[in-house]
Amino acid sequence: MRSLFAVVMLSGVFSLLSALLFVTLDAVDVAFTEAAVGAGISTVLILGTLALTSRYEQPSKRSKVIPLIVVLVTGAALFYGTLDMPNFGDPNAAAQTHVAPEYLLQSPHEIDVPNVVTAVLASYRGYDTLGETAVVFTAAVGVLLLINGLRRRRRRNPKKDT
Amino acid sequence: MRHHLILRVITKLLVGPIMLFALYVQFHGDYSPGGGFQAGVIMAVAFIIYGIVFSLDHVQRVLPPWLVHKLSALGVLIYAGTGLVSMFTGYAFLDYTALSPDHPVHGQHYGILLVELGVGVTVTGVMVTIYYAFTSRTPIMSDEAW
Repeated sequence: MRSLFAVVMLSGVFSLLSALLFVTLDAVDVAFTEAAVGAGISTVLILGTLALTSRYEQPSKRSKVIPLIVVLVTGAALFYGTLDMPNFGDPNAAAQTHVAPEYLLQSPHEIDVPNVVTAVLASYRGYDTLGETAVVFTAAVGVLLLINGLRRRRRRNPKKDT
Repeated sequence: MRHHLILRVITKLLVGPIMLFALYVQFHGDYSPGGGFQAGVIMAVAFIIYGIVFSLDHVQRVLPPWLVHKLSALGVLIYAGTGLVSMFTGYAFLDYTALSPDHPVHGQHYGILLVELGVGVTVTGVMVTIYYAFTSRTPIMSDEAW
C-alpha cells in the first residue's frame, strides 16, 4: 500500500479497535488513553506531518525477502514467548501476587479514592508519573528545538538558506 | 476550510462541550476512568480542532504560542512543587500526608488533585505545542490534493 493517507487512517482504526479490546479486558483507563492519544491526537499529528511531505510512499528498490524473514522470526519469537505466560485472569500470575493485592486492600483506607487506577498512578506510583510528565515535557522541548530552532536559525542568516 | 459550512458550525457547537468534558475527566478522575493524561489530550483536541477547521491564526489568537510553552512547563512545576512542599514540611518527597497532617486521607485527595492538574496542564501544553510546531510550517500539499 503506497498511499500514506490510507496507512494513517488504518493505524487510527487499529488504535480504536485496540481501545475496544482494552474495554473488553476491563482496563477502561487504558482504553480511554488509547482512544484519546492513539486514535485521536496522534492521527491528527501524523496527518499534519503528512501535509508537509507527500501523500505517496516512494517504492523501494531493494528486495523484500530480508524484511519478511526478520518479521517472521520476530513474530515466531513473540509467539514462543507467550507459550509459558500465565492464563488470562490467572490469580496466581506474577503480576497479581506482588504488590497488587496490597494496593487493592489498602487503598480504600489509605487513599479512599474509588478509582484504584488513579490511586496507584498518582499516589503509590507518584514518582513514576512525575517521570512520565517530565518525558512528555521533554518531547515538546525536542520538537521545539528541532522545528522552531531550525526556522529561527534560517531567519537569522537568510543568505545561507538556498 | 472556509467552504465547509457544516464543519464550521458543528465545530463551534462542539468546542465548548469538549472542553467541559476535559474538565470533567480531569477532576472526576478519582471516581471514574480518566485523569490528567486523558483530560490534557481532550483539552488539547478542543484547540486543535478549532485550529484545523478555522485557521492557525484564529487559534493562536485564543492560545498564543508563548502561553502554550509556559503551560507545558507550569504543569511539571505544579507536580514537582507538590513534592517539594511535602519535602519542606518534613515528609518524604510526594508524600501527600504533608498537605493535611491531621487527616492523611484528605491530604491524599488534595495531593492527587494537584498532581493530576499538573499532568493535565503539561499534556495540554505539549500536545498543542507539537501541533503548532508542525502546522506553522508551510504545507507542500494543497487543500485539494487530499
